[in-house]
Amino acid sequence: MSDSAVLFKNVSRHFGDVKAVDDVALEVKDGEFFSMLGPSGSGKTTCLRMIAGFDRPTSGHIYLYGQDVSNLPPYERSVNTVFQDYALFPHMTVEDNIAYGLMIKKVSRAQRMKQVDDMLDLVRLPGFGHRKPSQLSGGQRQRVALARALINHPKVLLLDEPLGALDLKLRQQMQVELKNIQQRVGITFVFVTHDQEEALTMSDRIAVFNQGKIEQVGTPAEVYEHPATSFVASFVGTSNLVSGEVAKRITGSDARFSIRPEKIHLAAPSQQMGAEMFAADGKVRDVVYLGLYTRYLVELDGGGDLVVVEQNLKTTSMDVMKVRGQKVRLFWQKDHVRYVGG
Amino acid sequence: MLSKKKSQPPGERASWGLKLGSLAALLFLHVPIWLIFLYSFTTDESAYTFPPPSLTLKWIPQAIANPAMQEALMLSLRVAALATVMALILGTLGAAAVYRYDFFGKEAISFFLILPLALPGIVTGIAIRSAINLMQIPFSFWTIVIGHATFSVVTVYNNVLARFRRTSGTMVEASMDLGANSFQTFWHIVLPNISTALLAGAILAFSLSFDEVIVTTFTAGQQQTLPIWIFGQMLKPRNRPITNVTAMLVVLITALPILLAQRLTARSSDTEGEKS
Repeated sequence: MSDSAVLFKNVSRHFGDVKAVDDVALEVKDGEFFSMLGPSGSGKTTCLRMIAGFDRPTSGHIYLYGQDVSNLPPYERSVNTVFQDYALFPHMTVEDNIAYGLMIKKVSRAQRMKQVDDMLDLVRLPGFGHRKPSQLSGGQRQRVALARALINHPKVLLLDEPLGALDLKLRQQMQVELKNIQQRVGITFVFVTHDQEEALTMSDRIAVFNQGKIEQVGTPAEVYEHPATSFVASFVGTSNLVSGEVAKRITGSDARFSIRPEKIHLAAPSQQMGAEMFAADGKVRDVVYLGLYTRYLVELDGGGDLVVVEQNLKTTSMDVMKVRGQKVRLFWQKDHVRYVGG
Repeated sequence: MLSKKKSQPPGERASWGLKLGSLAALLFLHVPIWLIFLYSFTTDESAYTFPPPSLTLKWIPQAIANPAMQEALMLSLRVAALATVMALILGTLGAAAVYRYDFFGKEAISFFLILPLALPGIVTGIAIRSAINLMQIPFSFWTIVIGHATFSVVTVYNNVLARFRRTSGTMVEASMDLGANSFQTFWHIVLPNISTALLAGAILAFSLSFDEVIVTTFTAGQQQTLPIWIFGQMLKPRNRPITNVTAMLVVLITALPILLAQRLTARSSDTEGEKS
């Protein structure tokens, strides 16, 4: 028990007829960077809000380090949250924002200011203490929100899509930085996101949510390479899902399978394959040149399409465009195919 | 304050016709008020002659020393202060309820609150008078206060609700998340964020109440508020200069707070309560 930071036992949360969270069991281990990944409305944020105490489960129990907190108000739980919109207090300086939790706990002012300085160093904003939140950029506000949560030394830090409002460059920089900070402070992070790349980049483990249920829990590599369901295969990265007649022509069985676009190779129609390969013939219908790689849409001869991605190691946009309309043979290793239910 | 200048569209200048028209409209609105100011200093006792034969300051001490005027002024101030307090409490609670909770009739609340102000004063006045009659409450100081509070609530309500909607709702959650209970959250987070909205709403409520005539005539007993006293004075040509001085006083007492309220709300929309 003491090993698990957060434990969900048969937790459900209904809003009227809507089962936002439907009988979820979940374990987050101590010191882990744990991501809850899913589309909007999948229940991941509701789960986070139930850990924070802003929402109570309709049924089931939530434990924090062995203690049942299902019905405790937010201010009696040793968790803190970094909000999606940061929720900084606009009438207070950065310093007072960060010190807010300590002020409520009646820590002396001198003590507070010392810890605030440490926190400002941790989030690399030294000297920003006297500014107002309105004088900060999005990325800086986000760091202040992080510092304001971490100063309380929560047992678990909850992050609700904290990078959503940042531009791509800043987001990638913050991803690395968040991960570094987590490793330095050693606090359990529970991170909610709908961005699969973000989840893959930062997490020790990922729970993939869909329609109030967890579809799969695993390390980034497990979730990406061995998707348990067709939903996971299509939501985490892109996948070709093949089933029915088309699947039968390729594999000999009509069991549904998924294959990642980057695992498929393009070859001339006459190319011979080894026994460890699956192959399919078709015609290139569409070519999209994306700089780093090119995406091909191939129409299979017997119906169905496959998306193929190839890195532009030697080719240029002129070369790849010529492939449009040509007949090709696609092939990929049999052990790259995942048979997925649902 | 800087952002105000930036946000104005660049270039385009108004035509002379538009400028003259605007100037004419402004003069039409304001010249009568300035005339009252001018007449406050005229030596002419009984009639409004223009231009004044000559100017004097003698009416000002006379007006201020007038016991009837003092009584009316004190009554108006007390009524306005109490009506404002009632408007503050009810308006804030109403705004909080509409912002936080879902309930039957929520959409209609704003409409119901603005009705007493939006309806012609005569209708509001008659309605309140018949209600007070029906409940057999004697007309008194308190009936005036209640009458004024009915149409003042909406000024606070609108200001505070607008502020609530502009502030991030997660701020309250953030405060609780950081260990503050409901009372601490209200004191440290909610109150500072709505304080300028409260002040602006209160100043408007005060001004509305202070110069109200119509509803007051229906809800007052024997009492005379300042505007009603002035209205009565108009019939007595002898006291006209004193009345003019008093009118000038009313303009100052109501206009200055409104200016202040505008400045407060304008400034706070620049810096405070912004959704980040």
